[in-house]
Amino acid sequence: MLVFLLLRLTPGDPAAILAGDAATSEQIAAIRASLGLDRPLLAQFAIWMGKLLSGDLGQSYYFRIDVATLIAQRLEPTFALAALTILVAVLVSIPLGVLAAWRFGGWFDRALMGFSVMGFSVPVFVLAYLLIWLLSLKLEWLPVQGYVRISEGGIVLFLKHLILPSITLSVIYIALIARVTRASMLEALGEDYIRTARAKGLPEMRVLVRHALANAAVPIATVIGIGVAILIGGVVVTESVYAIPGLGRLTVDAVLARDFPTIQGVILFFSFVYVAVNLLIDLSYVFLDPRIRY
Amino acid sequence: MRLLGNWSVRIGGSVLVLLLALAATAPWLGTVDPTLFDAASRDLRPGESGEILTLDGETLRHRFLMGSDSFGRDIYSRVLYGTRVSLAVGLASALAALAIGVVLGLLAGYLRWLDGPLMRVMDGIMAIPAVLIAIALVALWRASLPTVIVAIAIPEIPRVTRLVRALVLSIREEPYVEAAVALGTPARKIMFGHILPNTVAPLLVQGTYICAFAILLESILSFLGVGLPPDIPTWGNIMAEGRVQFVAYPHNVFFPGIFLAVTVLAVNILGDGLRDTLDPKMAKRV
Repeated sequence: MLVFLLLRLTPGDPAAILAGDAATSEQIAAIRASLGLDRPLLAQFAIWMGKLLSGDLGQSYYFRIDVATLIAQRLEPTFALAALTILVAVLVSIPLGVLAAWRFGGWFDRALMGFSVMGFSVPVFVLAYLLIWLLSLKLEWLPVQGYVRISEGGIVLFLKHLILPSITLSVIYIALIARVTRASMLEALGEDYIRTARAKGLPEMRVLVRHALANAAVPIATVIGIGVAILIGGVVVTESVYAIPGLGRLTVDAVLARDFPTIQGVILFFSFVYVAVNLLIDLSYVFLDPRIRY
Repeated sequence: MRLLGNWSVRIGGSVLVLLLALAATAPWLGTVDPTLFDAASRDLRPGESGEILTLDGETLRHRFLMGSDSFGRDIYSRVLYGTRVSLAVGLASALAALAIGVVLGLLAGYLRWLDGPLMRVMDGIMAIPAVLIAIALVALWRASLPTVIVAIAIPEIPRVTRLVRALVLSIREEPYVEAAVALGTPARKIMFGHILPNTVAPLLVQGTYICAFAILLESILSFLGVGLPPDIPTWGNIMAEGRVQFVAYPHNVFFPGIFLAVTVLAVNILGDGLRDTLDPKMAKRV
C-alpha cells in the first residue's frame, strides 16, 4: 500500500510522457482513460489491491505486457547474478572473518578491517569500472559487458560474463559479512568451552570450526539476510554498468519512462524477496542453534 | 579534547576539512565555469592544454588538468564544483533524516499509544531497499536539489527513529528521569530537557554514517540518470556522461570516482573514530 500511495501521489503524468511532446490534450485524456488513470485514487487502489491478491500486477504502460510476465522474463539474469554473488561472498568472507578473529589484533586482522571500511566506501560503479579497466581492457581476460544465457552460449561463456559483475557486487557484501563473522567469532572464542576444547588437545582447526564457528553462526546468518537489501541496491547499479538485461535494468528503464505498474511491481517483488529471505533465515536458526524453538 | 586524540577522527576529519576547503575555494583554484564548453577542446587527455570559450565570447587558453569530456568541458572544474554538491547533499540529507527521525523516535518512545502504529510504518519503509525508495521518489518528483535531498533522507528515517526510540526506552527508566517525573515536570520538558541531550552521542555517530551513505546514494542516482539534472556538475553526472566513452577515455570516470571514494571513506573513518570515542558500548558490539 505504501508503494502505491508513494508513487501515485507524486506529480508527473505518465499519460503525457507516453503520448510524447506533440500530443494534444484530447489524446492525453484518451490514453489516461484507457489506463484507468481518470478514476478516483481510492478506486484505483481498490482495483490494484484486488488484482494483486489474485497475482495480477497489472499491465506495463510502456512495454504493453503484463508486469508479472515482464518480471518473469527479466528474472533469470538477476537471479544468476545474485546467486553467484552470495556464493562468492559467503565462501570468501567467512574464512576471512574466522582468520581475523583467530589472529585478533594481528596484521591480517587489521588489514581485513581496513579492507572492510574500504568496501563500504568505494561505490559499486567506481569499483565496476576499475575492474573492467583492469581485467577486461588491460589484461583482456574477461568480456567487458553483456549477458549470455546458459541455453545460448553454454556454461563457460555464461560464467565468463557473470564473474566480473559478481566480484564487483560481492565486495561490499564480503566487507559486511567478514566484519560480523569476526565480531561473532571473537565473542565465541572468549567462552569457557573453547578453553576446555583446547585443553582437551583438540586440533585448532576443529576448535575453530566445530566449537567456535558453530556457536557464532546465528549473527552471521542474520547479516547475510540483512545484506540482501544492499545486494538489491547493488544489482540495480551493477546491471546498468555491465548491460545485463535483468530486473535492475528494468527498474531504471521503468523509472525513466514513468511506468507506474512496472515500478510498483518490481519494488513489490524485490521487497517480497527481501522479506522472504529474512523469514527463511529466521527459520534456519532452529538448525543453527538447537536451543531456539518456534 | 579526547576526540582529537583518536587517529580515525584526525585522519577522517582532516580529509574532510581539506575537501570542504576545496569546495569553498573552487572558483580560485584555476577552474573555469563548469558549464563552459568548447567544441575545439573535446576529449582532451589529462594535462593537455586547449582553448575554452567564455560566456562573453572570448577564447581563453586553459590547461585541462583532468582532461575534458565529449562536450569539451573541463573535468577538473566540474569535479571541484561537484564537491560542493556532494557535500551539501550529504550533510543536508543527514540533517533532515536526523531531525525527522529524532522527533518520531521521541514520540514513539514516550507516547505509548503512538508506538505501535508508527513503528509498523517504519518497518514497512525498512522492508524496501533504500536505493529503490530513493530511485522511485526522485524520478517521480522531477529531480531537483530539494527533492533529491528528501528522497535520500526518507529511507534513512526509520533507522534513526528506531535508534532514538530504543534510547528513549532505556533512558526513561533512569533514576534522574523518575525524579523529574516525581517532581511533576511536564512531559515535553522531560523529552527535550532530560532525554534528548543523552541521545546526542549515538546520534552524531549515526548521522556521520547516514552522511556517507547519502553522498553515495546521490552519486548512484545521478549515475543512473535519475538524479540531479545533467547541467548540475555532480560526481555521478560526470561519470554518467563519461561512461559512454569509458574504453577510450577512462579519466572521465576515474577522477570523479576517486574523489567520491575518498570522500565517503573519510566520512566513514570519521564515523568509526567518533563511535570509538563517544560510544564505547556500540564500539564493542560491531
